[in-house]
Amino acid sequence: RFVGPLGTIIIKCKDFRIIQLDIPGMEECLNIASSIEISEWRLSYVNQEFAVCPSYPPAVTVPKAIDDDALRKVATFRHGGRFPVLSYYHKKNGMVIMRSGQPLTGTNGRRCKEDEKLINATLRAGKRGYIIDTRPLNVAQQARAKGGGFEQEAHYPQWRRIHKSIERYHILQDSLIKLVESCNDQTQNMDRWLSKLEASNWLTHIKEILTTACLAAQCLDREGASILIHGTEGTDSTLQVTSLAQIILEPRSRTIRGFEALIEREWLQAGHPFQQRCAQSAYCNSKQKWESPVFLLFLDCVWQILRQFPCSFEFNENFLIMLFEHAYASQFGTFLGNNESERCKLKLQQKTMSLWSWVNRPSELSKFTNPLFEANNLVIWPSVAPQSLQLWEGIFLRWNRSSKYLDEAYEEMVNIIEYNKQLQAKVNLLRRQLAELETEDGVQESP
Amino acid sequence: MEHVENVRLVDRISSKKAALGTLYLTATHVIFVETAPDARKETWILHSQIATIEKQATTATGCPLLIRCKNFQLLQLVIPQERDCHDVYISLIRLARPVKYEELYCFSFNPKLDREEREQGWMLIDLSEEYKRMGLPNNYWQLSDVNREYRVCDSYPTELYVPKSATAHIIVGSSKFRSRRRFPALSYYYKDNHASICRSSQPLSGFSARCLEDEQMLQAIRKANPGSDFIYVVDTRPKLNAMANRAAGKGYENEDNYSNIKFQFIGIENIHVMRNSLQKMLEVCELKSPSMSDFLWGLENSGWLRHIKAIMDAGVFIAKAVSEEGASVLVHCSDGWDRTAQGCSVASLLLDPHYRTLKGFMVLIEKDWISFGHKFTHRYGNLDGDPREISPVIDQFLECVWQLMEQFPCAFEFNERFLIHIQHHIYSCQFGNFLCNSQKERQELKIQERTYSLWAHLWKNRADYLNPLFRADHSQTWGVLHLPTAPCNFMYKFWNGMYNRFEKGLQPRQSVTDYLMAVKEETQQLEEELEALEERLEKIQKVQLSRTKVRSKQSEPSKHSGFSTSDNSTANTPQDYSGNVKSFPSRSPSQGDEDSALILTQDNLKSSDPDLSANSDQESGVEDLSCRSPSGGECVPSEDSGKDRDSDEAVFLTA
Repeated sequence: RFVGPLGTIIIKCKDFRIIQLDIPGMEECLNIASSIEISEWRLSYVNQEFAVCPSYPPAVTVPKAIDDDALRKVATFRHGGRFPVLSYYHKKNGMVIMRSGQPLTGTNGRRCKEDEKLINATLRAGKRGYIIDTRPLNVAQQARAKGGGFEQEAHYPQWRRIHKSIERYHILQDSLIKLVESCNDQTQNMDRWLSKLEASNWLTHIKEILTTACLAAQCLDREGASILIHGTEGTDSTLQVTSLAQIILEPRSRTIRGFEALIEREWLQAGHPFQQRCAQSAYCNSKQKWESPVFLLFLDCVWQILRQFPCSFEFNENFLIMLFEHAYASQFGTFLGNNESERCKLKLQQKTMSLWSWVNRPSELSKFTNPLFEANNLVIWPSVAPQSLQLWEGIFLRWNRSSKYLDEAYEEMVNIIEYNKQLQAKVNLLRRQLAELETEDGVQESP
Repeated sequence: MEHVENVRLVDRISSKKAALGTLYLTATHVIFVETAPDARKETWILHSQIATIEKQATTATGCPLLIRCKNFQLLQLVIPQERDCHDVYISLIRLARPVKYEELYCFSFNPKLDREEREQGWMLIDLSEEYKRMGLPNNYWQLSDVNREYRVCDSYPTELYVPKSATAHIIVGSSKFRSRRRFPALSYYYKDNHASICRSSQPLSGFSARCLEDEQMLQAIRKANPGSDFIYVVDTRPKLNAMANRAAGKGYENEDNYSNIKFQFIGIENIHVMRNSLQKMLEVCELKSPSMSDFLWGLENSGWLRHIKAIMDAGVFIAKAVSEEGASVLVHCSDGWDRTAQGCSVASLLLDPHYRTLKGFMVLIEKDWISFGHKFTHRYGNLDGDPREISPVIDQFLECVWQLMEQFPCAFEFNERFLIHIQHHIYSCQFGNFLCNSQKERQELKIQERTYSLWAHLWKNRADYLNPLFRADHSQTWGVLHLPTAPCNFMYKFWNGMYNRFEKGLQPRQSVTDYLMAVKEETQQLEEELEALEERLEKIQKVQLSRTKVRSKQSEPSKHSGFSTSDNSTANTPQDYSGNVKSFPSRSPSQGDEDSALILTQDNLKSSDPDLSANSDQESGVEDLSCRSPSGGECVPSEDSGKDRDSDEAVFLTA
């Protein structure tokens, strides 16, 4: 197979014919729905034919109090028809994260009663919620001229709006190009390296995205408030924040299956346009308007958290690197197309294999399993201080340095843990044997 | 004992409310005891750790006092009364700058060991053994007594190895031509190919002076290595500095005057540049919620990592010359006790796996730093003195080791904590090892009779300092460590674990090292248990066998029952043990109460164990993690975090 991360070609051969198709995404969506109190939320098939929102999946979770007609109206008020839907339900306190596109208020301050009703339906009596707009205030204000905008306090009195500034599109792409360039430049001296790293702004983006995700998680977990997150389209920075907040809050999303489900839900089903964003990667001369390493930034953020909590993730760094590769070039259909609707039209389920079905085979899974993993049911709060964030060498210095010694260290770590497990098994076996022998003895002796 | 009440200790990183407590000044420590009834947390700071004390402008809440420590702890106190603050300030200035060695903590520190134990402690590291290990003396090198009673050079040790062909006449002649008479002497001998690393100070060459004996001395070093017809002379200074020295009658070797030398500058900056560089880097660490750019710019502007790289370059150059070209190297800088020590010790570490073990590393520091007269007292400001003499020379060496550990995770027997604790004790003056500026001074002060050795203390607690990934039979462990030749700048990283080590919120929340150490400990228990179980199984099987043979043997049942009670006690271990299993994952992630190690707690002090107390470690589990985690709400950049709900809210609202 041909994979072209950072312009290098690797060829791997595998026999895919034995792979069976399965689509965890839809299941996950239904799982979530069933786990949520029926009284408050429902699964809506309003988007069955992708008519209401082309970038949404056919089934979405919405407040029960809102009917499909209202959803259709709300869709006309949100960018790309992306009406607010449930992203994450925090079991601990019943609070939720929702995501959407920007409201189309325009310059004359249009409002939409159904929209207000929809998001208010997620609030408990007397409680306030937070709207996290991933754009700075001035950008959000400028968006009004193009028909976009943000939620006015007057119309959403129960919501507090917070503006963050996560960069988008070509700014991120420029960062990536600069970063990869300086990683490849072996001639510079020490100081130039640090200033180039700084000038790429890559770590600044990481810090901003992580900070926003932590803020969302904090609102949900510590403040006990529900949150609506959006930027402009709600397909990029929005998804970075919703998915990272879940990594922080939800232990299951730190397992392999849970993380796969998270990507399926929050990236694929949620309509992140992989085709547009991940067409070229870092080495492209022509300016690609839609190219942007949004997903790679997300993976990098996950890696940063993984580095700070090395025992709390079921997967290892290789898993993240594998996902990066497949997002840019893959023999599987999983990351093809820009949304569910396109994937359906392409009949990808019939024509291609799912990445997950390959990854989840035991032989592959063992490569991606973190030997240090110990289920940690707590919320994990990463540090976002610059001192705590690092360049992801496994991705960016992968072809520029030998990882021999680090690989050896990893192997040694696996050996230590494997040996421990073997001993444990042996000891348990012997204990059982002894216990059996002793009871036999007891029986013999007692008369 | 002086004390001030109602003092507040400000947490710089988190927005947590300042802790209220009482400040005590003892003869040896500053102690802050929190008054909160539930947790009377104590913070102990040794006077010798205090680097600077800064009294800031009085505010409505009181008078702030900023104490910066040499181990990179930063304490911000607010004292209600200006007068009290001034008193504390004056007292601390006096206490932090002792004028006599006798005032230092090591002369009063008593770990309750008897005399014999103390003497044994000092004998743990033996340099004559070390030279034997290198394969000396041999046909080319001999032990010289030319410096007995420090007659030739008072900053050198008395036991020195020199080439066999270097007569006393040559040595003395050469010493007169070298700064502070620090003549070329052996630092490391590479058995495999007879090449050696020698060290000295700069020659007093000025613009044209020569010295026959010095030239003969270098020739003798060359002849001591039959495998090569030249030697390298490495001047670790920048060329400009070396040239400037010529005007003062010092300088560097002229290749024309010395036969068969290859001369090389490396360009490590002097102690003043290094001091300022560290200062700048620490200022970056002190920034309150810096942006990524602030941090990277600051780090770059400090030049710190560039200096670390220069030192590594020196070490790599020397190690390559020795191992790959088989050429001997003479290393010097100006006086030959700072940059020379750095270059030689980094090279030795790269060349010889022994120095990458726990004991070997102690030997290395003992050899290249302590015995060769690195001026510990001056560089680390143990006594009141010229602040221009202070410089983080050995700190930089320790950082080089850490950078290597990051590159070669299996090659070192010790872990990061070992380096951090050595750094701490270089400044703590709790042990006598790093006192004074030379071996001669230490002898005069009778250090070994009056103080204790750090090495014995670290050795006793070695379990805490082991790198779980180290395996003596691992290929990474053997031989020379080869760093990539290309200038891989990204290899050098900011050492968060050292410079921010008191800011727990900035450290990874789970430690792989601690986790693996716990696993290994468990493995060991399992191995023991397995053995015991197998033994028992065998016995029972024998008993059963014998019983089937001789069915009615009186003693048998009783014997067996006796056995089974003893068994029960072992059978209990598994249960305890599985309890352990449950507790270890929770214990391991907690980065541990390392600060309880370094901020001395009273109990520790009593038990004379200022370092890690394993017990406290075990108690901090998931709960600890959970309560610490929210403080990681540095999510909000403006005001970092809060442990309690209220402050979170506050933080969040300012966002």
